[in-house]
Amino acid sequence: MHAKTIAELSHDLQSKKVSSLELTQYFLDRINRLDSRYNSFITVTEDQALAQAKLADAQIQQGNSSPLCGIPIAHKDIFCTDGVRTSCGSKMLDNFIPPYNATIVDNYLQAGTVTLGKLNMDEFAMGSSNETSFYGAVKNPWDINCVPGGSSGGSAAAVAAHLTPAATATDTGGSIRQPASLCGLTGLKPTYGRVSRWGMIAFASSLDQAGTITKTAEDSAIMLNAMASFDSKDSTSIDQAVPDYRADLNNSLAGMKIGIPKEYFSEGLNPETEARVESAIKEYEKMGCVIKEISLPHTHLAVPAYYVIAPAECSANLSRFDGVRYGYRCSDPKDLDDLYRRSRGEAFGEEVKRRILIGAYALSAGYYDAYYRKAQQVRRLIKQDFVTAFNDVDVIMGPTATSPAFEFGSKSNDPVAMYLEDIYTIATNLAGLPALSIPCGMVNNKPVGLQIIGNFFAESKLLNAAHQFQQATDHHSMAAPDID
Amino acid sequence: MQWETVIGLEVHVQLATQSKIFSGASTTFGAAPNTQACAIDLAMPGTLPVPNEQAFRYAIMFGLAIDADICQRSVFERKNYFYPDLPKGYQTTQLDKPIVGPGLVEIQLADGRTKSIRIHHAHLEEDAGKSLHEDFHGHSGIDLNRAGTPLIEIVSEPDMSSSEEAVAFAKKLHSIVMSLGICDGKMSQGSMRFDVNISIRPKGSDVLGTRTETKNLNSFKFMEDAIHLEVERQIEALEDGEIIKQETRLYNGDTKVSRSMRSKEEANDYRYFPCPDLLPVVIDDNYIEEIRQALPELPDARQQRFITTYKLSDYDAGIISSDAATATYFESAVNTCNDAKLSANWVIGDISSRINSEDLTIKDCPISPENLGLLINRIKDNTISNKIAKKVFDTMWTDAKDADSIIAQQGLKQMSDTSELEKIVDDVIAANSAMVADWLSSDDSKRKKKMGGFMGPIMKATKGQANPGMVNQILSKKLNALL
Amino acid sequence: MVDFIRTRDQQAFSLARFAMENNVDRTEIKKLSTLARIEISDATIDEVTNSITDILSLVDQLQAVDTTGVEPMAHPLDAVQRLRTDIVSESNQRESFQTIAPMTEDGLYLVPKVID
Repeated sequence: MHAKTIAELSHDLQSKKVSSLELTQYFLDRINRLDSRYNSFITVTEDQALAQAKLADAQIQQGNSSPLCGIPIAHKDIFCTDGVRTSCGSKMLDNFIPPYNATIVDNYLQAGTVTLGKLNMDEFAMGSSNETSFYGAVKNPWDINCVPGGSSGGSAAAVAAHLTPAATATDTGGSIRQPASLCGLTGLKPTYGRVSRWGMIAFASSLDQAGTITKTAEDSAIMLNAMASFDSKDSTSIDQAVPDYRADLNNSLAGMKIGIPKEYFSEGLNPETEARVESAIKEYEKMGCVIKEISLPHTHLAVPAYYVIAPAECSANLSRFDGVRYGYRCSDPKDLDDLYRRSRGEAFGEEVKRRILIGAYALSAGYYDAYYRKAQQVRRLIKQDFVTAFNDVDVIMGPTATSPAFEFGSKSNDPVAMYLEDIYTIATNLAGLPALSIPCGMVNNKPVGLQIIGNFFAESKLLNAAHQFQQATDHHSMAAPDID
Repeated sequence: MQWETVIGLEVHVQLATQSKIFSGASTTFGAAPNTQACAIDLAMPGTLPVPNEQAFRYAIMFGLAIDADICQRSVFERKNYFYPDLPKGYQTTQLDKPIVGPGLVEIQLADGRTKSIRIHHAHLEEDAGKSLHEDFHGHSGIDLNRAGTPLIEIVSEPDMSSSEEAVAFAKKLHSIVMSLGICDGKMSQGSMRFDVNISIRPKGSDVLGTRTETKNLNSFKFMEDAIHLEVERQIEALEDGEIIKQETRLYNGDTKVSRSMRSKEEANDYRYFPCPDLLPVVIDDNYIEEIRQALPELPDARQQRFITTYKLSDYDAGIISSDAATATYFESAVNTCNDAKLSANWVIGDISSRINSEDLTIKDCPISPENLGLLINRIKDNTISNKIAKKVFDTMWTDAKDADSIIAQQGLKQMSDTSELEKIVDDVIAANSAMVADWLSSDDSKRKKKMGGFMGPIMKATKGQANPGMVNQILSKKLNALL
Repeated sequence: MVDFIRTRDQQAFSLARFAMENNVDRTEIKKLSTLARIEISDATIDEVTNSITDILSLVDQLQAVDTTGVEPMAHPLDAVQRLRTDIVSESNQRESFQTIAPMTEDGLYLVPKVID
């Protein structure tokens, strides 16, 4: 049962083959039995889940045919959940129980989902390996000596280990797509503004976007249908109707123009990863797509621009964690300054501190123009590259990550090496574009992801392209070893 | 050496919106601590700001009132610093693209001069909470009810050269925002707060001296005192060969002492950058025009109208027009009595002094403008004299009755019956033969003055109700007949 | 065969760190730690300084780009701000907010004495 997709489980629920309560209990049992191996959950909300499942069963009895009604899911621990600890992977919020829900949490409750718990992540979503979590590293179910990717490592590992059929996640520089790639899953980052940021703990506000990690593109469509909404509480939410993302899944891809940016196939890309991506593109060619080389000439500047903009925004976003109104407070502060310095010094991890300091540096007097302003100008050049490219092509394809999952500790002491992990994913966050990663083969028994980038609000097209690939191939149905 | 003073003001004006600038929490003053601080005001994780339209409308009203450019694409920035009354660790404010661009405010001085004070800009921002310093076992208490209250910060150029000018400017701003109805003007509640930048330089120099900033003055009187004190302090320091340190100072209005602010000593680097949670606010011409059309009358225009329509003096018109409520009161009184001069005298005189001594505003005045008009009518139609009118006024103030019923009840109606008055005058002449003899023997030039001596006994006999004009006439006629 | 995949752009990904002269020193890190109110112990300051120097060299690639006339981009979408109607929509939730606060008394959040 755990190998099934949301679409399949939904069918079973609607046809009363299984109840939501049974399904929920089943996944709770799996979590209890297996998660000590992966460390993907920070909090399991068993009682709440069972209560929600009973409610969902009653709704199904009454004829609720929503495809998510009764489906268990789990949320990245960055989304505030009313009455349930929301840690953001940090000691700072280890004791933080918000009295409100994130909009997307409400949206899923509205759709009838059951919340199994809260998923592990890099601290404040800063990391690409899930090694910065206060709650310990998450293991990749494909190889427990390897990282699951980050920052949504818990979301990816939990879905890959079949501990939950689907998970929510967030993507600021690749934090959905890279772990999806490393764990053999479908990870979707929607257009900036498509999904509400209310109640999602901010890392870098102009880059953060919520999305999903699922087994298939069809499940992504089902999940996005509930997640996407216009939210008047989020000034950057876009007031645009939410289409049915399943509607276009079965469209033919014949004639679809696919752009392949030459800059995404350069030095630094693992040759075997490249080979898998290459054969995936050939698969698209077989489906009648037109492949076209394109250039995104400012690609090499995406990581540098990102590591000015994201730290600058985070340095201000994380100032609210000061030990005064909630969260960690150091013991016996000798004065106000000591309260601030020690509360923040003791509760933030090294990577978070590093980024706050870089952000403070980039914004400080005398450096603003050279760093922050410059990065924002480069950001426009990067966006312009995409705008130009989408004049000629429908979607852009390339690798999601430079290589398959790497071993613990191999990059954690070298921040720059870690930052370059997101080299193919970061530009889309800077531009605000939707993108997804789907599995496209294996290297050394570890999954490799194909990234598909779309134009603004072209999620339907992305999901269509991904779904058609998954109809023609079976990379997505490979399961990690030893999860039964 | 002769010194001259250079003063610039930064004025924080709390806008009279119902809800906060970025949240739906109430802005009502005086609620129990932290009962009006919602998740956004408390900077709870994951919360986001959405700006209040009314705050923009009010800021634009102010901009139009001072003839300033309205920025059609204004941007909010984050000003980063740590302080417990600032929950997010940054203040959301405007820097490069403030909503109100340069403008002008004209002030009038006691000697009749007018002077234009340039406004550099005015920007929208959020107010901070309050730190309460009463001792909670060595701790301070933080109340965040005020956090997120919308403010406009009005920044003047250093165009003022005395405390008189600074106070006139401050009062003028008070009068403008009150007339616009964008601020409740309650200074004691912090609705308007002044930061005063002061420097001095040798008279005639065109180089600015080092300035200090005295923060958070919330009364005109404190401002005046603080400026005097600071100017004196700077002159003394310079004359003793010391140099002025650029610093932020706090003035205590109760002890009349100022001191350097310790928390501001460390030079700050605010690391401003555009707030990524908010988008540029685009204001179009139609919106500005709509606001312009609905703009209430401003003090300057009103003063001009009062001078031409009511023939008031510049001075009287200036005082009455400075505050919208006072102006409305005055005009309602004139409507009833049709006498602008008398109405102005009463409003500027008895009404104002009584309101001030009882710490009220004109809106709380127990005498309605209609009743004041009726009182003036009774003076005009000789029902009562000016002197009796003051007595009636006092009763109206405390009893909230109209003039006519007080006059009737207390029998204050002026005695204007000729035959009755003639009889009284006859009686007084008969009873005061010595005074009569004295009058008769005086020369012409002194007789007029001496005639006044008869008024006392006549008024006494009529309990002050005799019509003084008529008495004068009758008395003069009767005395002259004795010659 | 999609042969362009073979077209390697050697120059585009010069990932080697730029060795620019922009080394931050310990004093600067101390200053930043004060601005950001983050205690950095003497034991770790060198490590922090080195890693930040490293990151800044990565970031310094930006300096080589000619951005004359390019408007800085703060948001991915060219949207404008929506404004909210001035209505009080929040009610008092002090109790629920203060149950998760480290230190309160009489409805106030307590901090070590604030000195103006």
